[in-house]
Amino acid sequence: MTSLYDEVAPTPPSDVPTRRITVSVNGEPRTLDVEPRLLLAHMLRQGLKLTGTHTGCDTTNCGACTVLFDGRPIKSCTMLAVQADGHEVETVEGLASASELHPIQEGFKQEHGLHCGFCTPGMMLAAKALLDKNNNPTEDEVRWALSGNLCRCTGYQNIVKSVLWAAEKMRAESN
Amino acid sequence: MYPSRFGYESPKSVAEAVALLDQFGGEAKVLAGGQSLVPMLKLRFAAPEMLIDINNIEGLQYHRVDPDGSIHIGALCRHEDLEFSDVIAKNQPTIAAAAHLVADPIVRTRGTFVGSICHADPQGDWAAAMIALDGRIVAQGPKGKREIAMKNFVSGPFQNALAFNEIAVEAIIPAPKGVARGGYLKLERRVGDFATASVAVSLDMVGDTIARAGIALAGVGGHTIDATDAASVLVGKKLTAENIAAAAQAVAAAADPRTDHRGSSDYKRHIVQTFVSRILTGIANSSQKAA
Repeated sequence: MTSLYDEVAPTPPSDVPTRRITVSVNGEPRTLDVEPRLLLAHMLRQGLKLTGTHTGCDTTNCGACTVLFDGRPIKSCTMLAVQADGHEVETVEGLASASELHPIQEGFKQEHGLHCGFCTPGMMLAAKALLDKNNNPTEDEVRWALSGNLCRCTGYQNIVKSVLWAAEKMRAESN
Repeated sequence: MYPSRFGYESPKSVAEAVALLDQFGGEAKVLAGGQSLVPMLKLRFAAPEMLIDINNIEGLQYHRVDPDGSIHIGALCRHEDLEFSDVIAKNQPTIAAAAHLVADPIVRTRGTFVGSICHADPQGDWAAAMIALDGRIVAQGPKGKREIAMKNFVSGPFQNALAFNEIAVEAIIPAPKGVARGGYLKLERRVGDFATASVAVSLDMVGDTIARAGIALAGVGGHTIDATDAASVLVGKKLTAENIAAAAQAVAAAADPRTDHRGSSDYKRHIVQTFVSRILTGIANSSQKAA
């Protein structure tokens, strides 16, 4: 694949110094040799072919590249892959189990929380960071948690409803 | 976008990090939260030879209040640590008011308080708050530590007073003379945008008299504006409607806004006046309720 985002190859030329890193991605240890300047988002997309993490604005604004880093949401276009060495990263690919959608994914389906879907992975991981800490959020708290993620289709109403739907389901499951 | 090539080291101690900075003689940059530095690397506004990642240094994540009432914030204390801190909520109203207005919630999980001050963005929140609080920065270099007063620390837009081989390891907020009161207001077009205008206010109050007044502004000048001279009209006085109006007018005159896509110069100055008045009135009303 050739694209603007492919310029820093997952396997750099042999004369460029690289570092060997081991990152737990969705619970599986992955070992890669990376150039220090490789961004975490590009490592996930080009290196590990986990293309569910989207690169939208590439300027730390839109949140489409949001992943969980040791359980906290971060913008993976604004972290170097080398910084993830020894840490845990969770991407949208880690949400569903083999047979079942995660309640957040189900919520987005039930409440029509997406139109084009581009922002959705980032939205869902930002929502997961919130619901893992607080599975009974108010609408305001949901809006607060998603305020670092941009959606250009929905007007956010249904995204907020989706997260509240997921919260209810997660509460029911934990009882 | 991707940065130009650089070397990368992740030292385990501040001494080791300082030695690396010294070795690279100004061609190295310190990476803390990276929420300003990584975008700058990607835009190639910054192209260091070496990046020194301090995230793996133990013991810099703290923030605490000392028995003397001073507050100490370590170089790896993230914005969200302050946003959700009981220590800050109880002791430092200016920081508490600003913490949830910095960037957006996701950036706040990673970006650091001290790093943001070092970045010295004229629209940055923390430099303004720290100037209002009359804070200090602890810099560690090859010859040990020294303290730099905040009002001398930000030396211009995106410029700080650190030597090339120094790391800002801690920010100190001095103990208030009396009770710490204060607030922070910011006008932004949307979450995460740069400030159109923001105002940081810190008052030390003894009873209902103001013992010290610090005010600083972001977004309304080529650098963070220290409006403490203007705020001095409040010292020794009470928060009456008349004194509040005089202070708001004096601080608005100290702003130096430029007309741009976020608003006209007059508009921004008006916002500053309104915000100063609103914060001070809020403090006056809550003091009355407490009395």
